[in-house]
Amino acid sequence: MREGSRFFGRLWRGRVVGVTIACLVVALAFALLGIVAGSSSLTIPDVITTLLGGGTGGQELIVFELRLPRVVGGLLVGASLGLAGALTQTFARNPLATPDILGVTSGAALGAVAAIVLVGGSYSVGAGALSLGLPAMAAIGALVTSAAVYALSWRGGVDSFRLILIGIGATATLGGITSYLIARAQITEAAAAAQWLVGSLSGISWSSVWPVLVALVILTPIAVLQTSSLDISQLGDELSTGLGVAVQRHRIVVIACAVLLVAAAVSAAGPIEFVAFVAPQIARRLARTGRPPLLASALLGAVIVTGGDALVRGVLPGEIPVGIITAIVGAPYLIWLLTRRKERETSA
Amino acid sequence: MTDPATTPSLVKERPTPALEARGVSLAYDQTVVFEGLDLRIETGEVTTLIGANGCGKSTLLKAFGRLLTPTAGTVELDGRGVRSIPTREVARRLAILPQKPLTPSATTVRDLVSRGRHPHQSLLKPWTPADTIAVDEALAATGLETLADRDTASLSGGQLQRAWIALVLAQRAPTILLDEPTTFLDLSHQLDVLRLVRSINRERGATVVMVLHDLTLAGRYSDRLVVVGGGRVIADGTPWDVLTPAVLREAFDLDAIVIPDPSSGSPLIVPVDPDDAIALDAE
Repeated sequence: MREGSRFFGRLWRGRVVGVTIACLVVALAFALLGIVAGSSSLTIPDVITTLLGGGTGGQELIVFELRLPRVVGGLLVGASLGLAGALTQTFARNPLATPDILGVTSGAALGAVAAIVLVGGSYSVGAGALSLGLPAMAAIGALVTSAAVYALSWRGGVDSFRLILIGIGATATLGGITSYLIARAQITEAAAAAQWLVGSLSGISWSSVWPVLVALVILTPIAVLQTSSLDISQLGDELSTGLGVAVQRHRIVVIACAVLLVAAAVSAAGPIEFVAFVAPQIARRLARTGRPPLLASALLGAVIVTGGDALVRGVLPGEIPVGIITAIVGAPYLIWLLTRRKERETSA
Repeated sequence: MTDPATTPSLVKERPTPALEARGVSLAYDQTVVFEGLDLRIETGEVTTLIGANGCGKSTLLKAFGRLLTPTAGTVELDGRGVRSIPTREVARRLAILPQKPLTPSATTVRDLVSRGRHPHQSLLKPWTPADTIAVDEALAATGLETLADRDTASLSGGQLQRAWIALVLAQRAPTILLDEPTTFLDLSHQLDVLRLVRSINRERGATVVMVLHDLTLAGRYSDRLVVVGGGRVIADGTPWDVLTPAVLREAFDLDAIVIPDPSSGSPLIVPVDPDDAIALDAE
């Protein structure tokens, strides 16, 4: 019996596995509900039959072409945001450090809004920048901004604290420019920009789902390989070096994974707020670990986005963007977390 | 890259030092702390770096621990340039306990100590029974067996410091660097830590380099003292060689008399305050 507790963290690892599996089950259940929910009535057995290839032509159209891209998109976008959030909060050793502070989201927002406003909105048949497409513009904005934030933070190595401060500065600057563009825009373009800025799965199609899937498939293993270094990095940069972690190399790998995941997710669905912040924190509390568990955070992100989207389509009237729901649920959680935060709780 | 003079065959009598600084210059941004410093750390000894606040003793320790890259010169570990050795391999041979490590949240003492095994693990070689043994021994050596399942947040300062030392012990590196391991501890816990350091040295044969503030304790628990100040080594030798009124005046701007400690026979530093009434015979 004593032997059982001798192996490194066996007990809490067991709990992490349990939480991860539970999140996966819930995410898939919400996905199924998401396929069922909508104006055309489908039952759960209908959906399952159709998914297994036994549906009518009409059912197949609804499931495979209309609902499935949106549900799969929600799962992937949520997972990307959750994983990116867990990575950022862990490397920065700060639960409030979401990928937003790396400048990814504000860069993507500026790229997308510039595409909408300057090039004539998503309605015009695109010349110039819009021919790249809104998602591409968002991705370019995200990547350029994060690269600039990282480069500006570099002084013989990147210190997380300086990176966060520069990221906050960049976010404020780009946010200002984005607001300026919206203020100068035509009303229809401003409305389109505002819609995009909230984050929504309504415009998602198979073509915007693929890049997110590719990003997740490539980056998840890379991120998971950083797990033990992430554990060590919680002890501070000096002790991490002492324990044989190449701190700067580890950090750039983690940041690059987070930035690319968020860039892919935001390009597909706009900045769905608070998922990257909330999912890792809930996962950490469920799993009772010292830092957010990576896979559980990703799956919980998927739960939140698919659950939120099923809610807005199936329960609430009108077509509300899912980003509004995640913000309405996420912001109070942030406040609750802050009021409950223990004095000594300094790391992610 | 290698200096011909470092070829081991040319070095007579003296064995390869555990650590050696050769012509090392150290600077933070533009501020130069050391220029062209040479210092050998002999294998199997407890060497303590002492000096006034801001003299650069922690900086020097960081350079030995590759936490700070010299602007010139090289640091050698077991006769090889530390920069040329993969960082994980360095970590198997050289352990560092920084002054202020961060305590992770929701972590038990055993979890914390287990992280000392990181340099011994890899994707192909995850946790093994040898790792468990190393962790158990480190917990036993530091007297933390009964606290192994406690959350680190609930430990006292002295217990936490022992947990950090246990982490470094679990690393099983033959050379250990400790940056002010007794700071913020009361006297009895300072003694606990230093006795632990001495037993690590005597029982495991570990080479220890540490930075201490308390000169009397430094003299009592070290084989060798290195006094640092003004960007150079002021004195280097056994505690009785080094802790002299002249050196103390130069390094610390301190008037003191040095007498044998009645308990250990090591040098006891007694600071002299000119305001105190008792007249002392001039030496």
